[in-house]
Amino acid sequence: MTAERETLRIGFIPLADAASLFIAVDKGFAAQEGLEIELVQEVSWSNVRDKLNIGMFDAAHLLAPIAVASSLGLGHVKTPIVAPYNLAMNGNAITVSPSLHAAMNARLEGDALDPLATARALARVVADRRAAQAEPLTFGMTFPFSGHNYQLRYWMAAGGVDPDEDVRLVVLPPPYMVGSLAQGHVDGFCVGAPWNSVAVDLGVGHILHFSVELFTRYAEKSLAMRERFALEHPHVVAALLRALHRAAGFVAEADPHEVAAILARPDRVGVDAQVILRTLQGRLKVSPGGATRENARYLLLGQEGAERPDPTQAAWLYAQMARWGQAPVSPAFLDAAKAVFRADLFDAALPAVAAPPPSADAIGAVCGPAFDDRDIAAYLAAFPIRRAP
Amino acid sequence: MKIVIVDESPVRTAILEDGLREAGFTNVERIGEMRSLLARIYALDPDVILIDLANPSRDILEQMFQVSRAVRRPVAMFVDQSDTASIQASVDAGVSAYIVDGLKKERIKSILDLCISRFNAFSRLQDELERAKSQIEERKTIDRAKGLLMKAKNLGEEDAYRLMRSTAMREKKKIFEIAQAIITASELFK
Repeated sequence: MTAERETLRIGFIPLADAASLFIAVDKGFAAQEGLEIELVQEVSWSNVRDKLNIGMFDAAHLLAPIAVASSLGLGHVKTPIVAPYNLAMNGNAITVSPSLHAAMNARLEGDALDPLATARALARVVADRRAAQAEPLTFGMTFPFSGHNYQLRYWMAAGGVDPDEDVRLVVLPPPYMVGSLAQGHVDGFCVGAPWNSVAVDLGVGHILHFSVELFTRYAEKSLAMRERFALEHPHVVAALLRALHRAAGFVAEADPHEVAAILARPDRVGVDAQVILRTLQGRLKVSPGGATRENARYLLLGQEGAERPDPTQAAWLYAQMARWGQAPVSPAFLDAAKAVFRADLFDAALPAVAAPPPSADAIGAVCGPAFDDRDIAAYLAAFPIRRAP
Repeated sequence: MKIVIVDESPVRTAILEDGLREAGFTNVERIGEMRSLLARIYALDPDVILIDLANPSRDILEQMFQVSRAVRRPVAMFVDQSDTASIQASVDAGVSAYIVDGLKKERIKSILDLCISRFNAFSRLQDELERAKSQIEERKTIDRAKGLLMKAKNLGEEDAYRLMRSTAMREKKKIFEIAQAIITASELFK
């Protein structure tokens, strides 16, 4: 514990996957590490990114791909950002409107739980609509550099749907997703908790797939900070990581009702505790009729070594940027992307936390080639639908 | 040069638009409704887009940077790497600007400076409004406490006020706080 108290300003977007950050503050784990944290709620990822970049935030709950994009200077001002801690893995879902759900079911060959089967059904619906000269389908996602964008694209492209040519992908702020689906502005979306459940509860959406059904280990949200801040304040970073680790342990072991009650507060996620509870327990109602689906790995906070940033996963994020034309294919970019996920800072702060057992593939995609960051070009070339190389 | 203001506050939009017109930027369009935001922006085809930072739809604008069929002209955040002071000032003020690539930097700088000062003026105005509102509330509370004192101690209006003021001075408190205490006490004694 440090002698003097350090005050940190940390920005967040009200989502369930910031749980460790909320618990670290609200259950006193941060204070026990000598940290005073001011959590600042934000309305857009652009704001979080900009305030982090210019130093108005010391750290932030950030979409992992934004940390990579900022460091590579993609789409915006280049600022070296590091991510020494994964706040969450997985936790997203793809939801479609009742009418698209019905159309896809009518064209489904195979198991509705198989993402490849549903993606092929989507391809048939897209072809049917084109033949009927109907408007292309529109899907919502949260940000150009987001898992939601890459997960939607990966899934539909696996079934033969070109996400840039055959459908429209639009950015929507998460709180607007459900309303847009209800009003028919979008036919489906990929978003994090609790918005999929909210759509199902209101009877305007069917959850097709949890993102964990597409990728077993997807680094969703990072605790991100400027590289310079991490360099200048190593003790603060270590204290913060210890506090987050204890918070993640608390979420895993405490009564989930208590955790859900904290997250439900208006200055945290601000939605009904029951809805949050379903997310934490990975037991989601998937259709307005009441059917539920369960997956204990729906949202991983501290479990299975999910906290430890894995540079291979940063490389995979970069590969998605390259696949969809957001970034050039270059060894220098690849190295810079991998350097964002700082496992070394994690290990320095939490030496006793075991690294997850090595697996053949750091991502675990349900289909497509195994990921190999030693040859990104060959990996990308194995996908028939891509913008590059 | 066509400028689009994306802001859900009609008052602030008006203040900003006035400022822009005074500075000679007469081609100004407002978007106050966030539905189909991108489609509207593409239809207007502006050179500069101004958006308030409290608007969640800012993320929608980020899509303009993406290479896509929909984009007719490349759009970039106005500020370049070296210009952190400008970013800081605009974020502080709560406004963000996007421009079409290739516009002269000095021209944009004058627009952004104008935005920053108008946004700051607007928040000052809001603060003043808040202060005026709370002053009215305080006045009401003091009047109510004065009435209670007059009734309970059979005092005239002047004397009741003087009593509150001298108590406040003795206790080193604001007269408003004494008034609140009187009201609370009287509720308890009911």
